[in-house]
Amino acid sequence: MAEAILMKGNEAIAEAAIRAGCRFFAGYPITPQNEIPEYMSRRMFEVGGVFLQAESEVSAINMLYGAGGAGARALTSSSGPGLSLKQEGISYLVGSEVPCVIVNIMRAGPGLGGIQASQADYFQATRGGGHGDYRTVVLAPASLQELIDLTVEAFDIADRYRNPVLILGDAVLGQMMEPVVLPDMLTAFPDKPWATTGAKGRKPNIINSLYLIPEQLEEHNLALQRKFNQMEATEVRYETLDCAAAEAVIVAYGTSARICRGAVDKAKALGVRAGLFRPVSLWPFPGRALLEECPRAKLFLVVEMSTGQMVEDVRLAVCGRQAVHFYGRTGGMMPTPAGVAEEILRLTGHKGGQR
Amino acid sequence: MKDVFTRPSALADIPMHYCPGCTHGIIHRLVAEVIDELGVADKTIGVAPVGCSVLAYKYFNVDMHQAAHGRAPAVATGIKRVLPDRVVFTYQGDGDLASIGTAEIVHAAARGELISVIFVNNAIYGMTGGQMAPTTLQGQETSTSPGGRKAERAGHPIRVAELLRQLDGAAYLTRVSVYDAARVIKARAAIKRAFQIQLEGKGFSLVEVLSTCPTNWAMTPREALAWLKERMVPHYPLGDVKVAEEVTGQ
Repeated sequence: MAEAILMKGNEAIAEAAIRAGCRFFAGYPITPQNEIPEYMSRRMFEVGGVFLQAESEVSAINMLYGAGGAGARALTSSSGPGLSLKQEGISYLVGSEVPCVIVNIMRAGPGLGGIQASQADYFQATRGGGHGDYRTVVLAPASLQELIDLTVEAFDIADRYRNPVLILGDAVLGQMMEPVVLPDMLTAFPDKPWATTGAKGRKPNIINSLYLIPEQLEEHNLALQRKFNQMEATEVRYETLDCAAAEAVIVAYGTSARICRGAVDKAKALGVRAGLFRPVSLWPFPGRALLEECPRAKLFLVVEMSTGQMVEDVRLAVCGRQAVHFYGRTGGMMPTPAGVAEEILRLTGHKGGQR
Repeated sequence: MKDVFTRPSALADIPMHYCPGCTHGIIHRLVAEVIDELGVADKTIGVAPVGCSVLAYKYFNVDMHQAAHGRAPAVATGIKRVLPDRVVFTYQGDGDLASIGTAEIVHAAARGELISVIFVNNAIYGMTGGQMAPTTLQGQETSTSPGGRKAERAGHPIRVAELLRQLDGAAYLTRVSVYDAARVIKARAAIKRAFQIQLEGKGFSLVEVLSTCPTNWAMTPREALAWLKERMVPHYPLGDVKVAEEVTGQ
């Protein structure tokens, strides 16, 4: 077993990507993810890879479109405003079936917003902020070790489906330090016979998302949907904490979920049967698992660092069977364990809660 | 019997969608001839734009990547950096390169990306039906400059090769045309030189090709060629705009 070392979240993502075989990075400076390009700007050259500081987020994602199309494992990272600019490219990457990994270290919006941690890009990430019928797997780590593990996994998922994968972190995860164990350097990768590498000894390959004949475009879309259905069937990830017996279940991801662990402890100490359900894949959303893992739930409390986005997926999953409540802080403000616990107590009618 | 004129093998044997009299077909052929002559078809990756030449990915018999509008230089950068021993070219129109893709072309040139850009300038948006382009001449009638382009409303046409000239990464910038046989031969030589500069690793190269759009200029093909020569060339002078010292060897 490798030794644990102390790393910063953003640098852990970068090193994990390198070890997953990523040899192409293009990005543009934006807080709070700058340590990723900074780390890559020296590390990539040590491993014979490519680092490019692009002229814009638009260019960065399109450089990935070229690099991924040429067969490389490629990464870009940004934060909210930059992700907005990348949406055009993400749509093309999906439409042309080119894999890549995209990291969003979320800051608060809308507009220029602020630079503190936020989870307000959930809609953009899970609904597809670009044009057309498309999906991308969205992974939401809650610790630095998970950040590393999911970064490695993201490249595999991207290659398996020939589709971009998003990693949704936030400023807290990007900036904090934790002990982590890094994986070994990967050396075996899937073949990419579809890549545009020069038509030597084969017919030319074409990477393209244009289908002017409606029948063909519908067929292309249906083929993509079959792929998305396969992702929904096999790429669901989540974690439970005391959900089986819980009557009040908190649903939270990423940094919010870390905070909510403390809230569950506080509520349980006061006699409330509380649990925590943590989606790790935000798309596909673990809606069925939420119901199966929480058979005694009387209410769900969704906690987010936004004004309520994932709560819509919880409502879709619960479909009116139980009450679904929301508690959030936004604009870079964070929920506290005490604040969430108080909300749980209030909702369960416990005497410790304020009315 | 000896073949005296054949389709270049780098040009796919399928019908093109271009309008009668459009010069895209000639320019496609010149690029394909150069790929054949240099013997690089099996290591060439072309990047197609958005616009009239969007279907270029079907017409070249090499690996092709269709890019988003204006982003071809960024896509080509990604490909070339991953596969530095391959030949990578973009084929872009004036709306694609000189309007929505100005950031991408300027920075690809500034970085000295080892790619070759074929920039087809016909002073109009063809595919979308004849709107004003960044290269539309003053006084030129288009569907979004009724009565002719006026500087006080729509600014001035952009000379792309001259705009890029001051960038140190740009090794070869030239402007050619295809309005008669002599110009076609010169255009072919310029395209070949651009590819050779890439193969020799000397820097970024761009060949601006003045082209026609009889359909949206509302002219016959013959009138369009004359208009190109008489109206466009005075604003967009033909010839080398920049040949860097690395290229000339001086």
